[in-house]
Amino acid sequence: MARRREQGKAVLCLGIESTAHTFGASVASSRGEILSDIREVYRPPLGSGIHPREAAQHHSKIAPKVVCEALRAAGVRPQDLDAVAYSKGPGLGPVLRVGATVARAIAANFSKPLVPIHHAIAHIEIGLLTTGLKDPLVVLVSGGHTTVAFFSKGKWRVFGETEDITLGNLLDAFGREAGIPHPAGPNIEELASKGRRLIELPYIVKGNDVSYSGLLTAAIKRISDSRLPDLCYSLQEVAFSMMVEVSERAIAQLEHNELLLTGGVSANRRLREMFAKMMADRGGESRAVDPKYSGDCGAQIAWTGALAFSSGVSEPLGDSEVLPRWRFDEVEIPWRRG
Amino acid sequence: MAKGMTLLKKGAEADLYLGKWYGMRAIYKVRVRKGYRVPQLDERIREERTAREASLLHEVKLLGIPAPCVYNVDLRSKTIVLEFVEGSRLKEALELGRPKGLPLFEIGECVGKMHSHGIIHGDLTTSNILLPEGGGMALIDFGLGFRSMDEEDMGTDLLILKRALGSLHHERARAVLRRILEGYRSAVGFADKVIEKMLEVERRGRYFPER
Repeated sequence: MARRREQGKAVLCLGIESTAHTFGASVASSRGEILSDIREVYRPPLGSGIHPREAAQHHSKIAPKVVCEALRAAGVRPQDLDAVAYSKGPGLGPVLRVGATVARAIAANFSKPLVPIHHAIAHIEIGLLTTGLKDPLVVLVSGGHTTVAFFSKGKWRVFGETEDITLGNLLDAFGREAGIPHPAGPNIEELASKGRRLIELPYIVKGNDVSYSGLLTAAIKRISDSRLPDLCYSLQEVAFSMMVEVSERAIAQLEHNELLLTGGVSANRRLREMFAKMMADRGGESRAVDPKYSGDCGAQIAWTGALAFSSGVSEPLGDSEVLPRWRFDEVEIPWRRG
Repeated sequence: MAKGMTLLKKGAEADLYLGKWYGMRAIYKVRVRKGYRVPQLDERIREERTAREASLLHEVKLLGIPAPCVYNVDLRSKTIVLEFVEGSRLKEALELGRPKGLPLFEIGECVGKMHSHGIIHGDLTTSNILLPEGGGMALIDFGLGFRSMDEEDMGTDLLILKRALGSLHHERARAVLRRILEGYRSAVGFADKVIEKMLEVERRGRYFPER
């Protein structure tokens, strides 16, 4: 309770994340304090991808425990909350519906406003919070998104993006074919650190966009005749260089001097190093989201929910259907100027 | 080499200097080393693009499409020496809102001619279409270009152009694109198929509700 009093008039928001593998819950304040962050991750069997129905069953089973733990760790009772935020999309329909159902139940039971949050916007906001950057170019790299974006006139605008699969998809799909356990990203990074020889792979930049599907096919073909560390090393170098290149185009054209790297893949140290080098060479700076919050988590939803609710964003329970294909450049951002 | 030259622009990929080539004003386009890429990959990409840009510039000129002359290529220093074309970029002309007199039909026609001969520009933004002082238009920056007769590659080229117009007011962007596509249709027999592909590639982008 002492904690609650310190908040003064700050808004307290419970956030529920449920778009893919992770079910997460967190309490955050509109002052930028993350009071708790609890998550459970569905792990598919080796060699297979996420099964939406099984992930949904996993999430519904652990949801009550995760939410209760998040409240307890924050020292907050449900009635103390000002709002309940949930990831409305994009993501896998059956999985999204679990999160929405949990959020609706809590909101209805305790008569709290429901706040719809776009999952990608939340990756950006938690990145801005933990880096302290104000108006950077944003590079969002995860399983669901691979986008270079900038803020203008009330919305995030896409400068460039992947034309097919995301960087997270590329790493996951390659990992499955190569027998690398999930989550593939960190395991590929570890293998790549032992790679020495650069295997020639297609490097595909189209204007401001990247395309990874050809790179994936080519890398899979080389599994049988290459040392796995060399192949992981080459895959990372090519895929990451493509991403840094299109980001540098954005930096040059839009004349930003700060860059925010966020999303699950931003935890990769080699990727961070490449972005830092590119920005330093241009006299700017690149910062990455705190690795604690780079992957999907409740904290990103709780914090963005606190921001959104403070600007008057909420929705009636009846409108709380999920949007599996929601694009983030459609979302109005009333809490950000520029 | 950079002696007596003035740096015009530090682009994302290359530095542009204004200098002389046998007494003529010339652009030196130097693809600089990128520290974030491992040297072997960096070397390969810079060399590929330098060579490709020079040969495609030469080829489109043979098709009668205005583009700067290539005076010299040096693959070791990744440098191309190009004719200096005085004028503005389509991007600036559109932003200034100059309503009439833009050679939009001609731009479409030239892109069409290029496509029907199997050349894809690869970076067809409004910054890479020049409006020379003497009139007409010229295409530059073929570093991401390649050869293909695949309608999807052509559609992707048009999509890049369409997106580049996205910063304009909606109605105006549509009118500009419509005029450019009229020119394109006049040069490409299978234009409708390419435009269909353009829309298909656009929809393939992630999270389009109508997909």
